[in-house]
Amino acid sequence: MDKLKTPRLLIAAAIFYAVVQVLILTGVLNGYLVVIINRSLVFVILAVSLNLINGITGQFSLGHMGFAAVGAYVSGTITSTPLIFGAMKLNPHLFTDNVIFLAAIVIGGFGAAVVGFLIGFPSLRLKGDYLAIVTLGFGEIIRTILNNIQYVGGPRGLLGIPKFSNFTVIFCFTFLTIVLLRNLVQSSHGRAMLSIRENELASELSGVDTTKYKVLGFVIGAFFAGIAGGLLAHLLQIAHPTQYGFYASALILIMVYAGGIGSLTGSIIAAFSLTFLTEGLRIGIDWLRDSVGIPIGTEWTMVVYALLLILIMLFRTEGLMGMRESKLLIIEEKKV
Amino acid sequence: MNEPLLSIQGMSHYFGGLKAVSDFTFEVPEGVIYGLIGPNGSGKTTTFNLITGIYTPTQGKILFEGKDIVGQKPFRIVHKGIARTFQNLRIFSNLSVIDNIRVARHFTTKSGLFSSFLRLPGFLKEQDDVRDETMALIKLMHLEHRAYDIAKNLPYGELRRLEVARALATKPKLILLDEPAAGMNPKETEDLMNLVRRVRDEFKVTIFLIEHHMKFVTGICERVKVIDFGTTIAEGKPEDVVKDAKVLEAYLGRKAVVC
Repeated sequence: MDKLKTPRLLIAAAIFYAVVQVLILTGVLNGYLVVIINRSLVFVILAVSLNLINGITGQFSLGHMGFAAVGAYVSGTITSTPLIFGAMKLNPHLFTDNVIFLAAIVIGGFGAAVVGFLIGFPSLRLKGDYLAIVTLGFGEIIRTILNNIQYVGGPRGLLGIPKFSNFTVIFCFTFLTIVLLRNLVQSSHGRAMLSIRENELASELSGVDTTKYKVLGFVIGAFFAGIAGGLLAHLLQIAHPTQYGFYASALILIMVYAGGIGSLTGSIIAAFSLTFLTEGLRIGIDWLRDSVGIPIGTEWTMVVYALLLILIMLFRTEGLMGMRESKLLIIEEKKV
Repeated sequence: MNEPLLSIQGMSHYFGGLKAVSDFTFEVPEGVIYGLIGPNGSGKTTTFNLITGIYTPTQGKILFEGKDIVGQKPFRIVHKGIARTFQNLRIFSNLSVIDNIRVARHFTTKSGLFSSFLRLPGFLKEQDDVRDETMALIKLMHLEHRAYDIAKNLPYGELRRLEVARALATKPKLILLDEPAAGMNPKETEDLMNLVRRVRDEFKVTIFLIEHHMKFVTGICERVKVIDFGTTIAEGKPEDVVKDAKVLEAYLGRKAVVC
């Protein structure tokens, strides 16, 4: 059973990839729409990885975009600094541009994971909401630090990042993230994390090292956020401190809660819907300002999100999917 | 009998100025069903919390298989072989019955993160073994019709059995049952008594339980200890203990009339 069911996700993903790729090649999707689709996929990585922390392990992280910033700046520095890039190109046959790019993305992920460990370890040993406070602070601190390091461009941002990300690369990373996280959640380690969310004391007294698994969930979440950050930087060809502020973190948080806490499916759907909604709102606001003459700016998208969050909390507390998963993301088990 | 499985020596615990447990010394021999009884607030659950490491005793030693376990983290104590259930159920409500039990098997599995991420053959084999062993426990608890149901949809009696199954899944040597018969009707209580005996015989575990329910305790326990206000007032065989004047006083008040 296990071996039969797994390809369903693969087939669904292949169809999605083929359709989008055909639409790109035939020119139905213009460059702008492709960028939005790529952004959506990056946000899928961000949302499912935050869901691992907030939804699966039941902790509360508020600074997820901070880890994306670490990934973006680390990988961006590697690929945009000729010295580093050149050093890695010593063997041009083995280390092609693409290999270095992939390595840079993964190194960015590990960088984010290390930062995640440094933040998560002290704050997750304590019971209570310390993680929320610490990650809220972390998100701001990382932005301020980046603003002040001239080597990575300071407030100007890190420029000159080569455009290595494209739909195929981002799609592959997103697909891998979803599969790996799905496998993790439906393993012994994932169940240990879920049990912490359900009842921390009972989890500890079932033999789960709760501190270890809270930190582990947090670090894995940070790793994938770092990957997402790296992909985004190589898509937009810039890493800028303002991209990784609290607003962006809040947006990911809204995706997780709108989609359903603990549901990877929900996070995927919400990441797509909300990324498109953001663009739609931007167009709508521009139209209101330019054609109708109402003096409002894009910061009003945040008002819409706040309202959305309130409506979710009032009418559908569990989010779109609740804790359910799409059949595609459930590994069927042989029932005995 | 050689050394007792659990030996508590001069254990006291204070909450601020309140003596919750005062100078307890007792031994739970291997293989018995041991009962700890006492009125509300007498320190029963506190004793369990001390043994399982949720609280650290102010004074005293807790020896499990001859080794002091005071100050160890609760999950390490579980790994050593002490499992427990809770007075107020603590179920993983949104997980299925089988997953509830599998969580408790987690620490005995060896598959690392890497093989879990990639679902390597070793991992799959281990998961199958865990599933089969878990199903055996589920069958023992007569929950097989519920195996894939979400735990929060189960009735109370089944949840109690689920908790026992989860505790057994940690492969304990000693199992602590915190008021297992709470909220059960006489028929359910009767079934539970049989179940506890079966668990002891089939899994070769020692059972240490807390209970209010006198009939349950006298019906099942081989040794009981009666406490009140954190101090021991009687210890021995259940049929002797229930006749003890101090016990009657604690339960029924002064000038008790034995009927």
